[in-house]
Amino acid sequence: MSDPVSVERPVTRNGSRGGSASTSDAEAKISSNVQGAGGPPTGTTAPAKVITRPGDRIFKALTVGSGVFVVVMIALIGIFLLIQAIPSLTENKANFLFSRDWSADPADLAFGVLDLLLVTVFSSVFALLIAMPVSLGIALFLTQYAPRKLARPFAYVIDLLAAVPSIIYGLWGAYVLAPAMGPFTKWLNDTLGFIPIFAKGSSDLGIGQTIFTAGIVLAVMLLPIITAISREVFDRTPPMQVEGALALGATKWEVVRTTVLPFGKAGYISASMLGLGRALGETIAVLIILSATTQHFSWTLFDGGDTIASKIARAAQEFNDPRGAGAYIAAGLVLFVLTFVVNAFARAIIAGHKEYE
Amino acid sequence: MNIKRHASVLSLIAVGALALTACGSDSNTPAGSNNSAAPAPTKTAEVECGGKKDLVAEGSSAQKGAIEAFTAAYVAKCPGQQLAYTPSGSGAGVKQFNAGIVDIGGSDSALNKDKGEVDAAATRCKSNPAWNLPLVFGPVGIAYKVDGVKDLVLTPEVTAKIFNGGIAKWNDPAIAAVNKGATLPDTAIIVIFRADESGTTDNFQKYLKASAKDAWGKDAGKKFNGGVGQGAQGSAGIADAISAGNGTIGYIEWSYVQDKKLSAAKIDSGAGPVELGAEGAAAAIKSAKIKGTGNDLVIDLDALYASKTAGAYPLVLATYEIVCSKGYDADTAKAVKAFLTTAATDGQAALADAGYVPLPNEFQEKLLTAIKAIS
Repeated sequence: MSDPVSVERPVTRNGSRGGSASTSDAEAKISSNVQGAGGPPTGTTAPAKVITRPGDRIFKALTVGSGVFVVVMIALIGIFLLIQAIPSLTENKANFLFSRDWSADPADLAFGVLDLLLVTVFSSVFALLIAMPVSLGIALFLTQYAPRKLARPFAYVIDLLAAVPSIIYGLWGAYVLAPAMGPFTKWLNDTLGFIPIFAKGSSDLGIGQTIFTAGIVLAVMLLPIITAISREVFDRTPPMQVEGALALGATKWEVVRTTVLPFGKAGYISASMLGLGRALGETIAVLIILSATTQHFSWTLFDGGDTIASKIARAAQEFNDPRGAGAYIAAGLVLFVLTFVVNAFARAIIAGHKEYE
Repeated sequence: MNIKRHASVLSLIAVGALALTACGSDSNTPAGSNNSAAPAPTKTAEVECGGKKDLVAEGSSAQKGAIEAFTAAYVAKCPGQQLAYTPSGSGAGVKQFNAGIVDIGGSDSALNKDKGEVDAAATRCKSNPAWNLPLVFGPVGIAYKVDGVKDLVLTPEVTAKIFNGGIAKWNDPAIAAVNKGATLPDTAIIVIFRADESGTTDNFQKYLKASAKDAWGKDAGKKFNGGVGQGAQGSAGIADAISAGNGTIGYIEWSYVQDKKLSAAKIDSGAGPVELGAEGAAAAIKSAKIKGTGNDLVIDLDALYASKTAGAYPLVLATYEIVCSKGYDADTAKAVKAFLTTAATDGQAALADAGYVPLPNEFQEKLLTAIKAIS
């Protein structure tokens, strides 16, 4: 990977570092050696042989081994899920992907994952829609607007949000936030009830154990993840571009808009996808907040229901029969595949912004 | 250098944490209400302490409070002995007992022959039958929260219709007919059921099936089959949801009704309203019939739930301790007998505070006979 600045303008690079003249020749030689065949030949040195010492080989083996280990582990998990799920899938009387009923009784297996999948995706996307603007604001505030002394303790506090166990979030959401949101959700339902997502659902608004409350709590759980990564990315904005914008007379907001945001967009999107992955798999908080329901999902925020993860957790204590357990593991396999798809989608977005990597 | 400042912050946090550990009291006695109107068996038996030092038991979460009371009595009676109970659910308890991993299994329902549990237990007990000993009876309350309604009376048929969606509003004529003089509001009934698989749900549905017959119309089972309402996780979840909403109704164990100070409905099985409490439950248990043979004391639940005895509160959960009749090694058998004997005698005194009903005397006799026969 060639650094465009150093190849085209070696003099400027050395000059901007303010380095002394005596080191500039040696640095030009070293930089061309490091770039190998792609760099411009200086005429005074031949391309160097690659020297490897035992330390290099050991280190390479360790890093390759770690990478292979991770890939093998994920493949093994996928295989485990498949092996456990296939016997139940063959005995399934209902269409697994499109049926909305769920019966994991070993004598009468008829389970379909559609409802669970819809609730999972719906609640996670809602949480992401709340968390993304807030995290962007916090990250920009911490990197661009806050004085250095305030930024560090503030960043500690945001990171503390990630340290809270998810069961605490669940208890807080179900017993504090849900009743508190009651009046607001009732107002939303009364005035905007004609819009499908605000229509009356299967969960009572006074108790408040709805996808709305679960989404807000999930958004709070996503905040530290997205903020931490975005903060790092925004910090890496090339200072030269920021100073150039300032020199051209841009205001603070224009500097952010023209330099920080375009540079950090790919990192911010990948941070959001990481957060989405967290929201898709969140189990305990959703288990406690979301009320189970007998009705099907009806595309409203004021529904109850189960996500795939919470459905598995509810039934986990009664996994006595392998065929019944296999039904839940099949649902887990769907979640596994969904997360893969989400990550692939995120990679595709980042791939378009290679120049800012 | 900021080392001084960081060190001072760290030491402040450490000192503060140490100081905070001094807060809080050491007393672990449960704060219960004075519900000991039913006469508790006061016998204190001769117990042969000894044997396996650490007994392991697992199973139903409904009897967790009772097992804690029993363990306290056991430890007091036999110093140095212990019992560890894991409330991971009736299904897990039976599974672990049949696998030989725990010494006693706690279950909300007796071993099921159709599921092969009876045979598996017999294999575990080295070809001897396993016995279901009902040591814990807990009434299940129908808790509700409706504005302006203080003393709700329900018959089995009205209850069944509420929980299967037949009655949808509080001011329905069927409810008004049983509650003459009460002003019932025109709000929707919000049913709260157990979202997880639960023995309490199983027993509640068995009760509706046996007492309301056609009015219920659905199966029993660990999953709620009523088809209406919203689910909450655990009995604590139901209790909290009932408190948080308006017009809510659900089924929870008596101890939760007491802890969260909820109102519970009186049940009128045909002989007048009986309120949730120790006397009503004791009257129901007294008239319970045993359907098991010999020392296998499985209770005939259908007869219990359908009983119309005056003054009896029939909605009672019976939870069993599943033990081997023979087949334990000598140490384990000795410890199990000591624990169960203490539980059936000294342990009964603390049960009322924990929301359970102490054993009636006739039952206690039968239990002690069965426990003596374990070897």
